[in-house]
Formats: sequence, C-alpha cells, structure tokens
Amino acid sequence: MRKAILFFIAPFGVLFTLFYLIPIGYAVWQSLFTVERTGTFGPAREVFGGLTQYRQVFDDGPFWQSVGRVLLFGVVQVPVMLGLALFLALLLDSGLVKGRRFFRLAYFLPYAVPGVVAAIMWGYLYSPNLSPFTAVTSNADLLSPSLVLWALANVVTWVYVGYNMLIIYSALLAVPAEIYEAAKLDGAGVFRTAWSIKIPMVMPAIVLTTVFSIIGTLQLLAEPQVFRSFSSAVSSTYTPNLTVLSAAGIPNFHLAAAFSVVLALATFVLSFSFLKFTQRKGVQ
Amino acid sequence: MAGFRVPRYAAMLVMAVFTLYFLTPLWWLFVASGKKDGQVTEGRALLPDNFALGDNLAGLFRYNDGVFLRWMLNSIAYTVGAAALGTLLAGMCGYALAKYVFRGRELIFNLVLGGVLVPATALALPLFLMFSQAELANTFWSVFLPSLVNPFGVYLGRIYAAASVPDELLEAARIDGSGEVRSFFTLAVRLMAPAFVTIFLFHFVAVWNNFMLPLIMLGNERLFPVTLGLYSWNSQVNQHPELRALVLVGAFVSIVPMVIAFLSLQRFWRSGLGAGSLK
Repeated sequence: MRKAILFFIAPFGVLFTLFYLIPIGYAVWQSLFTVERTGTFGPAREVFGGLTQYRQVFDDGPFWQSVGRVLLFGVVQVPVMLGLALFLALLLDSGLVKGRRFFRLAYFLPYAVPGVVAAIMWGYLYSPNLSPFTAVTSNADLLSPSLVLWALANVVTWVYVGYNMLIIYSALLAVPAEIYEAAKLDGAGVFRTAWSIKIPMVMPAIVLTTVFSIIGTLQLLAEPQVFRSFSSAVSSTYTPNLTVLSAAGIPNFHLAAAFSVVLALATFVLSFSFLKFTQRKGVQ
Repeated sequence: MAGFRVPRYAAMLVMAVFTLYFLTPLWWLFVASGKKDGQVTEGRALLPDNFALGDNLAGLFRYNDGVFLRWMLNSIAYTVGAAALGTLLAGMCGYALAKYVFRGRELIFNLVLGGVLVPATALALPLFLMFSQAELANTFWSVFLPSLVNPFGVYLGRIYAAASVPDELLEAARIDGSGEVRSFFTLAVRLMAPAFVTIFLFHFVAVWNNFMLPLIMLGNERLFPVTLGLYSWNSQVNQHPELRALVLVGAFVSIVPMVIAFLSLQRFWRSGLGAGSLK
C-alpha cells in the first residue's frame, strides 16, 4: 500500500517541489541580496542585504501606483463580470430561453482566445484609424490615459464572462428539482426564485470564481503588455507584473524577486481574507 | 413581485444582444484577416470584400521561412504534451489523496491548495533564474517542465475520485488480487474519465494562454509559442507595417485549434466544469 501511495504521489510531488516550492523559496532568498560596486565601474559583488530590497519596494512610487490601479480595476471589473455571468446563468436556467446549447457555446467561445490574441483584436477595434466602429472611436478615445484601464477591463470581461457563467450554470443544474416545487406552490415568480433559492444555492461557485478573478486581476500582464503598442498611456510599470518584468529587464533580479514576493503575499492575503470573510458570513 | 412574469421575447432579446457582444469581435477578426495587405479600413468593415484570405494565409506560412507554422507546432507540443502528462500526474495524486489515509495527507493537500493561490507569474522569474543557473533557460524544456504542474488539477482530481470511485469497488478488486496500481489504471481511470477530460481542458487552456513564462524564458524565436510570436510581430508593426496583415491572419489561425477542441469536447466541459465548485 505504501509503495502504491508513493507511486501515485511522488511524480506530481517531485515536480511540484521543483517548480513551485523551490522557486518560491529561491525568490525569497534572492530578494535578500543586493549588488554592491566599489566605485562606479568597479566589479559587482552580491552581498547579503537583509531587507534592503523590501525597503526599496516600499519606497517605489510607481509600483504602489500600479497596485492601486489593479485594485481599482478589480473593484469594478470583477463585480461587473461576475454579476453579468450570474445574470446570464440565471437567464439560461430560467426556462425562458430557447436554444440554450447555442448560447452556452457562443458565450464560452471567447475563453478559447488567449489573452494576447484578445488584446491584439480589441486593440484594433479601439484604434480610431483602424476600428470598424468609427461612431464610437471618433467620439471617445478609448486608448487615452483616462479610458484605457476600462478598455482593458472590457477585454478581460469579454474573455471570462462565459467561462464564469458556465461554472455558475453547471452549479445551477445540480440544484435538485424538488427544491423548486415548493417555491412554485408558494407562487414565487422568476425573480423571487432566483433571489431566495438559486443564488444562495450557487454561492460556493460564486466564491470560487471570485477568488480566481482576484488572483487573475493581480496578475494582469498579457493584455496591458500588448496594449503598449496601441496606447502610450500604458507605461512599463502599468501593472505590478509589468513592474516585475521591467525590474528584471534592468536587470535587477534581486529587486524583481522582492516585487514578486510582495505580489504573491498580497495575492495570498486578499484571496484568503475573501475566503474567510465568506466563511464567517456562513456561505459554504 | 410574486407571480410577475418575464416575457419570453425580452429574455431572448437580452441573449441576442450578448451573442452580438461575444461573437462580433471574432467575426471582425475573420473579415479583417481576409483584407488585402492588412488594409482593415478598406471596403466594408464587417463583411468580406475582395476576400484575400487564401493569399494572406500563403503569405503567413511563407514569411521568414515559415516561422509561424513552427510557432503553431511549438504551442501544440508545449500544450498537448504538458496537459496530457500533467493531467495524468495530477489525477494520480488527487486519487491517492482521496482514497488512502496516510500520515501527511492533509499537509500535502493544503500545500497543493496553497499552490492554487500562488500567482503563476510570481514563479516565472525565480524559475528563469534557476534554469539560467542550470544553463537550461531558452530551451524547450524551460517552458515545458514547469507547465506540467497543475495544483488545481489535483484538487479537482481529489473531489472527483471521492465522488465517483466507490471504496467497495476497490475493496472487491483487492480481494480478487488486483494490485493498487492496476486497480487505478483499470477501474479508477475509467470512472474518472469525465474528470480527466475537464482537468485536461483547464490545463490545456492555461498552458496555451501562458505568456509570462515563455516571455521571460525564451530568447530564441524558433522556440516561441504562437502567443509570444504574435506578440512580437504586433510590437514591430510600427516599424514594419507589412506585418499587420500577418498579425491579423495569424491571430485568426491561432484560435482555430482551440475552437475545434472546444467544439469537439463540448459533451465533457458542459457537464464537468461546475464540479469543482460543488464541494
């Protein structure tokens, strides 16, 4: 039995250790070092710097601006996206819609488009001189500093609404039919049934999709990176991950490692506190 | 509120509006990839006009010694290989966590769950440093090996194994003299088949879409996955305008395999996707 257990777990365990646990440890280790030079052109030496890099991270204005930016993005985009996903899932499940198979597929299809490709496509649709929707793009510059964040939010929403809808919809399908019978006898309408029965029943699915969306938001990289060639408003430190990338490009790997560690910790704290919050509220 | 009825046409109208939102950009991409020389504003924007998709495709596959085909094959190798092997490993691990009681089981499960929450991009940089030290950065393996690990697959595998493989069946197999490993491959794998397809699909999409790892790891254009290749073309469009047509038709071609995979695996993702959130 022990041999069998080892046989099942070891292959994944070894890879998980090599490519998850060790890199995390290595990033923490690297972030504790700093490069010193004697004079401007002296040879570089790596010396233990303790929390020096972290002091730099906390003093780094653009980094915290980028964190603020993705938080603002998340506070707006995640509820809008999941609200839409829930609304469409409830509509699909309401019995009012014909051709459910078609809609399910049509809405899920954008999920097949990689972030890079979706961003290239929408970048063209937004560009005033390339877009087919000139009525919109000639009146509002969607790639301007004030709007480009929401233009990006639309790209992410477009890709993930259908995916989240499907997760919620599958959870709705698993609700036993008897539960609806009682509601019907009580004369509850579509809205009442959705609000009092369906939404509470699919709350675990909504919690799961929220956690994944929080993680995804903090990791925004491909879409803003692509948008840099469409809009000068997207700087090289627009999101935290872009900041990591540009610190690594200097190259200052120790600082970049410290950024990664702070970012991973922030993600942990946010997704854990969201889970704890929902548990305390009795959603489980 | 009670008894208020929503008319069917209103519901259908809402569904139709969202269908337009989701499908119009894809339709535009199809039309744009057929425009001559990437002149997307020439002629009708949303209807094929002087459709030159064939010429553009020929140009795409000829450009730079057919580097685009190479990128597509790279993507398929990274994705299919990592997803197939990764799904098997995650499924085995999830199965063991569901079906055996042993010391350290909860510790392992919690570590893996923590792994689900680690932003994959926070791993990319330390992985690059480690692979550089081993002089393996900028190789096929530097992208392929890290892509094998799928902690969410282990989580799903455990839930599915607990729900779909009865203990009595394994016990009966034991009495018949079947070894544990054989029971897994002959019995459990079959019962968990829908789970395996779901894990595979999630893993496939994650690796296919992965951008930061190849961006950091790879310098050699011949090793790029198609996403990174299209990104590099798109960022050179201002200097090389002739690349615009290639970016558009390339973007269109790059989503075709995924769309085919989604259509042909429909039966599985339709039923399987929600299962991760039920427990």
